[in-house]
Amino acid sequence: MVDQDWQPPHGTYVFDGHRSRMAYGLNKLGMSLKTPENREAFRDDERGYCARYGLSEEQTAAVLARDWIRLIRLGGNIYYIFKLAAIGGETMQHIGAQQNGMTLEQFRAKLNSHREA
Amino acid sequence: MASIVGGAATSHVPSIGIAIDRGLTGDSYWKPLFDGYVPAREWLKAIRPDVAIVIYNDHGLEVFLDKVPTFAIGTADRYVSGDEGWGPRPLPAFTGHSDLSWHLVDSLVEDDFDIAIFQEMEVDHGFTVPMTLLWEWEPDWPLKVVPLTVNTIQFPMPKASRCFALGRALRRAIDAWPGAERIAIVGTGGMSHQLQGERSGFMNPAFDRMFLDTLKTDPQALCRISSREYIDQAGSEGAELIMWLVMRGAMDAAVREVHRHYHVSASLTAAGLVCYENQGA
Repeated sequence: MVDQDWQPPHGTYVFDGHRSRMAYGLNKLGMSLKTPENREAFRDDERGYCARYGLSEEQTAAVLARDWIRLIRLGGNIYYIFKLAAIGGETMQHIGAQQNGMTLEQFRAKLNSHREA
Repeated sequence: MASIVGGAATSHVPSIGIAIDRGLTGDSYWKPLFDGYVPAREWLKAIRPDVAIVIYNDHGLEVFLDKVPTFAIGTADRYVSGDEGWGPRPLPAFTGHSDLSWHLVDSLVEDDFDIAIFQEMEVDHGFTVPMTLLWEWEPDWPLKVVPLTVNTIQFPMPKASRCFALGRALRRAIDAWPGAERIAIVGTGGMSHQLQGERSGFMNPAFDRMFLDTLKTDPQALCRISSREYIDQAGSEGAELIMWLVMRGAMDAAVREVHRHYHVSASLTAAGLVCYENQGA
């Protein structure tokens, strides 16, 4: 039985059918970046590339700004939008830091805080 | 009859692959992680598997959201490391064992697991990172591979209990294979981590340690944990731990733990490793 009343933990966006549908084009754009040709086309004209995948103005703005938390809230799946980060040489730690509203150093300290004594 | 000579499960973080490819395994950040894999590699050299069945989830290399198989088996003769967006890893191609793959498909479907079939597929870090942690690949891989994918990205993902049952069915299929192969089963993913949302950076070593203890002694208890609870306890991406249960299901009820390692962290992920041998029943 699916528990309709379950609430995911705060700051967690479960990638269910609803999110998958609301951001299909956005995630498809991310998926497309697995080829060097598409990465080059994206770099050449980011806004035009977003239009090719039918992104909304809000999604396009979030892509152009590399606003990771916004992209997640708009239905971006972390693995597809990560390809967008890789284009600019950003790592998962950069994405994590930004989603937490932290500097990279602060976020690394958060990661290290889980180490056991 | 084929034999299962060992079962292993390990995390599959992409940055581990990048550290390997850039020769950083000895640096101070990475050394504590990689040191934990040395006994596993020595064990695998000693038990000499000639096929690895590797259970992992595709992360947007081969599977997009248009078609999402819950479970799929690769039936190719050859698999290459694909370009996930930052270029393919520089690894020799993996040799498949398509006869065994097709046997597994036939047997699993007969056993009520309606598994999808991938006759062509590239493999991503979920597959290559465990392979490069557990084996050496120069000049070539020492064994053949069978990739088995589990959907853990698009919810709903399969239940933990279903993953364990898949492992049981995989075991029955292997037991019915007439070949003499020495087979290793490799579960991958986890341990606790979360990449998306304001909760990114979450880890839960207490849960991971419980999982490591319980996987050996009472995997059924881990099967009773719901997908929602895995998200709560292990993080939204840590829910990948269900793939360790496929490996566990393929092993005997009683196993000997040959080696275990746990390290916090490999970037955003609490990294775990277990190596088992069958003990009967």
